[in-house]
Amino acid sequence: MSQLRHLLSAGDLDRASAIAILDTAEEMSSVNHRDIKKLPTLRGKTIVNLFFEDSTRTRISFELAEKRLSADVINFSAKGSSVSKGESLKDTAQTLEAMGADAVVIRHWASGAANVLAHSGWINGSIINAGDGTHEHPTQALLDAFTMRKRIYGDDSKGRDLVGQKVMIVGDVLHSRVARSNVKLLATLGAEVHLVAPPTLLPVKLETWGVSVHFDLDTALRQVQPDSVMMLRVQAERMNAAFFPSEREYSRLWGFNSERLAMLKPHALLMHPGPMNRGLEITASAADSPNSTILEQVANGVSVRMAVLFHLLSGDKESK
Amino acid sequence: MSTRTVLVSDDINRAITRIAYEILESNHGTADLLLVGIPTRGVKLAERIAAVIAKNEPSFDAKASVGRLDITMYRDDLSNNPTRAMTETFIPSQGLADKVVVLVDDVLFSGRTIRAALDALNDLGRPRVVRLAVLVDRGHRELPIRADFVGKNLPTARDEKIRVHLLETDGDECVVIEG
Repeated sequence: MSQLRHLLSAGDLDRASAIAILDTAEEMSSVNHRDIKKLPTLRGKTIVNLFFEDSTRTRISFELAEKRLSADVINFSAKGSSVSKGESLKDTAQTLEAMGADAVVIRHWASGAANVLAHSGWINGSIINAGDGTHEHPTQALLDAFTMRKRIYGDDSKGRDLVGQKVMIVGDVLHSRVARSNVKLLATLGAEVHLVAPPTLLPVKLETWGVSVHFDLDTALRQVQPDSVMMLRVQAERMNAAFFPSEREYSRLWGFNSERLAMLKPHALLMHPGPMNRGLEITASAADSPNSTILEQVANGVSVRMAVLFHLLSGDKESK
Repeated sequence: MSTRTVLVSDDINRAITRIAYEILESNHGTADLLLVGIPTRGVKLAERIAAVIAKNEPSFDAKASVGRLDITMYRDDLSNNPTRAMTETFIPSQGLADKVVVLVDDVLFSGRTIRAALDALNDLGRPRVVRLAVLVDRGHRELPIRADFVGKNLPTARDEKIRVHLLETDGDECVVIEG
């Protein structure tokens, strides 16, 4: 198992280390079902959650994971901090370093922010990317892979990859860091990835991604017969132009509703990274159906993040 | 490097049988008895001890009385060693509360593994008593911990290595000292 220092991109993980993290998460999830949901593993380590962008589930999930491993947790959000007085990322990072942070979990609106923090020399601790702009969100990809593996293989999921699984990612791929990280990790784990989106919401140079691209959801669902469908959030806050004519049209052409749910295989998974725009990319009936894994994804997020923290923060720093 | 074999298959089986009888004797039977092995070889030893007990006390359900306790997350050397893989922890459905738990491991050395195991047990429940059974006690304790049931006391030098091979995990059966 290779020793990782930072987790910046889903591409940092080879097959062996991805499976090792998922297997550890499997054990962490059994800890999360005990009466005493705590392990002493990261006692004495300080972890800073550095959030420059709003987040509910990722921040809470990381905080819970850190606390369950007994780390000391500091939450920092840009609002209400010196960032609003104009402090730069460099000064913030150096302040955290001076306070002795062993790891920094960073969410930033700028793509590449985590990478800058990891390679600038401003800070010595491990950096975990919790979402940088429209670039990557590796722990989300890990928890999605964990959720698929768990639904498909149940108690027999340890050591498994996702070879033979057809995964369809639908919606706002252009602005989605979840899609980028998932495409990389799913390829590492051997799954077949299909992207379905209106052409205006697809990035350029898609031919280098190694995925199939479809422009019509109904046709794609019929042709591909996916094992998992991952709906992406329409990221209105990142849209500075008109990418589709109207919300109603988007919902009619790209939204997941009960008719499209009926086209799926009986045990196919319907996933969404949250937060959902109910009624836009997914209807309430689809989101609350038995195929939906949305709440499992949230629960699994804690286990997967515990596993990531364990892999990054235990072991010999010098040998990394 | 010299290697000498200190226990062969028959010695190991005799030691396991004796430990099983000693456990029965000290517990006055099988009441509330739970054998919890520390992976990897401790689990196999716990299963074998349970099998010997079940042969003598037919009322003893060997399957439902053996657990495994992964101590990876409780080690005190996590920041010095390369990342270890965490394995499954399994406690039989009867739970630990008010049980007589016998921890089983292959080699007792510094005592740090057992310290970690006691912490791990503490997070899972509150046994009435915790005892320790080991196949080999090689000395050099670093903590105030001792075994209640010992297969074989082996005086060793600190820099020597003890290897326990069991049929289930290694394909052959012996205890060797390398040094």
